[in-house]
Amino acid sequence: MPLLLQAVLSGLTLSLALVSAASAADALVDYQIIGDEIPKRLSQEPGNPARGREIVRDMAHVTCLICHAMPIPEEPDHGQIGPNLTGIGSRMSEGQIRLRLVDPKWRNSDSIMPAYYKMSDLNRVQELYKERTIYSPQQLEDVVAYLTSLKDR
Amino acid sequence: MLLRKGMCTFTLMACASLLLVYVMSEKQTNAQENKSAPFKPISGYEYLAAGTKSLQDDDFQNPGMFMVDRGRALWSKIDGREGKSCASCHGPAENAMKGVAARYPLYDEKKQQLLNLELRINAERQDKMGAAGFEFESPDLLAMTAFLSFQSRGEKMQVDITGPAAIYYHEGRDFYNQRRGQLDLSCGQCHDDHVGAKLRGDLISQGQINGFPLYRLSWRTLLSRHRIFIWCNTSVRAEPYAYGSREYLGLELFLAARGNGLQIESPAVRR
Repeated sequence: MPLLLQAVLSGLTLSLALVSAASAADALVDYQIIGDEIPKRLSQEPGNPARGREIVRDMAHVTCLICHAMPIPEEPDHGQIGPNLTGIGSRMSEGQIRLRLVDPKWRNSDSIMPAYYKMSDLNRVQELYKERTIYSPQQLEDVVAYLTSLKDR
Repeated sequence: MLLRKGMCTFTLMACASLLLVYVMSEKQTNAQENKSAPFKPISGYEYLAAGTKSLQDDDFQNPGMFMVDRGRALWSKIDGREGKSCASCHGPAENAMKGVAARYPLYDEKKQQLLNLELRINAERQDKMGAAGFEFESPDLLAMTAFLSFQSRGEKMQVDITGPAAIYYHEGRDFYNQRRGQLDLSCGQCHDDHVGAKLRGDLISQGQINGFPLYRLSWRTLLSRHRIFIWCNTSVRAEPYAYGSREYLGLELFLAARGNGLQIESPAVRR
């Protein structure tokens, strides 16, 4: 029974939530979570899918490809930790993808996936990265634009 | 009539949700059972490409053997104000040191602290030889740990976590399971939960430490257990701890105990 209760409760939270993030870290761009989406983009300029495709395979950016398989055939090594992202744009809305990049733990605190736009609730972050997020708002939007473009044919 | 129909629907729904809960709890029990299955340690060797395995297996090709030779020379080199070498007291290492490294880290009653092999070597140098300790990660300290560990090659790793060592073990276990760094990852999230999966081109191993000090081909050097801890921590963008720190000694003891029963492979070769 507790499980069912939990499911109902979390459903309730999801539908009612209208959360303003970036409370602790002032430098973050403000964003709103509505339902299980962040509907509005974080950057001034729209995301560029071609740039996003470069970011997700660049090892310096803690790339998606480390853990996920993606439709990037010219790269030989794709990770097997997370789900295959082929066709993700048909399974999720742009806003859902954005929330899962900004803070995957908002939905599932046990998720292994790092939060790409978060500076709080972290433990012993290296000095070099303390006041930084993994992605800048523009990089985040470029990756969102690329992933949203991955439609099932 | 309408009321009865409503009641019926309600009962049906209640039954369905009870069934759902039952099925879900069954599932959960199964998952828990799987999790409590006994942990079987697997050496990192098993995840290597065939070429790397054969490098490790052949003493004439194994690049770590140079440091074992250097350690052999150090074993009988006189140093310090007492005018002694290790061999002056211990005799040939092949007899005296067989199986010793497999029991480290080890709690030292006299010093009342946990010592790993590096700290033991330096303590012996200072206390018995009147010589300065070697710097962490210096070629001499790596050579000595490699030479001593080599005397235990094929012996089963068997560390003691009872008595005063228990607290270190528990601290190490907590460290292992604590998320850290900008990437917010614990050791166990990869080395327990995703063993055998690919992380880009690399297979994730259990993170066993029975091969240290080991030769890392991509770095072209021998390295200690604490150096790889520093590397792991900074890979998830977490502030690392110092060589020989209490945090890393605890982690080392936990990991060694987790791999108890694995054969010492030093000097192992890894990618």
